[in-house]
Amino acid sequence: MYDLMIIGGGPAGLSASVYVARKRLKMLLISVDIGGQVNNTLGVENYLGYQFIEGPELIDKFHNQVGQFPIDQKVGNKVSRLEKIDNGFEAICETGDRYQSRVAIFATGKRPRKLNVPGEAEFIGRGVTYCAICDGPVFAGQRVAVIGGGNSALEAALDMVKIAEHVNLVSLTPLTGDPILIDRLKGAKNLDIYLEYQTEKIEGQDFVTGIVIKDLKSGQSKRLEVTGVFIEIGLIPNSEPVSGLINLNKRREVPISCACETTVPGLYAAGDVTDVPEKQIAVAAGEGAKAALQAHRYLQRMALT
Amino acid sequence: MTDKKVVIYSTPTCPYCKRAKDYLARKGISYIDRNVAADRDAVKEMVQKSGQMAVPVIIIDNEIVVGFNQALLDKLLSQ
Repeated sequence: MYDLMIIGGGPAGLSASVYVARKRLKMLLISVDIGGQVNNTLGVENYLGYQFIEGPELIDKFHNQVGQFPIDQKVGNKVSRLEKIDNGFEAICETGDRYQSRVAIFATGKRPRKLNVPGEAEFIGRGVTYCAICDGPVFAGQRVAVIGGGNSALEAALDMVKIAEHVNLVSLTPLTGDPILIDRLKGAKNLDIYLEYQTEKIEGQDFVTGIVIKDLKSGQSKRLEVTGVFIEIGLIPNSEPVSGLINLNKRREVPISCACETTVPGLYAAGDVTDVPEKQIAVAAGEGAKAALQAHRYLQRMALT
Repeated sequence: MTDKKVVIYSTPTCPYCKRAKDYLARKGISYIDRNVAADRDAVKEMVQKSGQMAVPVIIIDNEIVVGFNQALLDKLLSQ
């Protein structure tokens, strides 16, 4: 049994790992990947110490700092459920592996929200993408659709009008992104904006050939011929593994105290998966540090009783 | 080190592509970089070979890896 287990390898989990490792606790870092959302961040300009650094480079630096300590790491392992056991916690992985620890820090972050429409899962990588900055250029010269009305959708649309033949921006609501981005889009000649349209399905053969959208006011559906669909409708917390232990808030986040405590003694949470305001690398790293120190204190108190 | 032929299809703005290229470079593995943002033929090639449109695609001899999958790269490079 480990003293402490950290679930999640983004800035919160990695920062917590450094703090815990320095306390010489027997610990396990278990995560689907290293870096989380920072892997989809091109440039970081607001993390102290770097005026500009690419997301992947910052993550490599974080991970190297963790790597100097002799801690166990299981990367590529997804925890599907965290359970309370007699003297601690047990993480049950998708692979069936089980790991136990006396205390745990849950820092699994957020992931892109899915539309949940027919054709979406089927065409991932074959026209459907959640990473416009990654895959956008592959669709140069083609007709595409961007789904969403917030800043990430507007940024994806702005990037795509420069290189695609034509862009459809489809939003369930009026545009909610920054006015400066909306203004920039207004000049684009190869852009159609569909507001208050619901995306009903994604169609194709081997690759995407089109989408069907429905006008919420008239109830009429229409088909748009596109080969690329960029889904940019926000993020959802990766909180499923603890949903049996904790009452999540309405955004499905893990509620925590200012000391990163959850409602379960010995279970701490940090970063974007929690209800902490502001989802930022600096905030997540700070929360991870705080959770680690608090978890360490908890272990010390346990040892005294 | 490997004597295998390594080709990576990437875009300049894709963080996972950058991570993959940095990783290969750190391991001292030379690779051919096909920038699919600038080369339409490279896009066609990538889609034909991998059957999909997401980057990065890394081809090690005849094995195709979609995405930056470090464990799988290690395995293929060490075989």
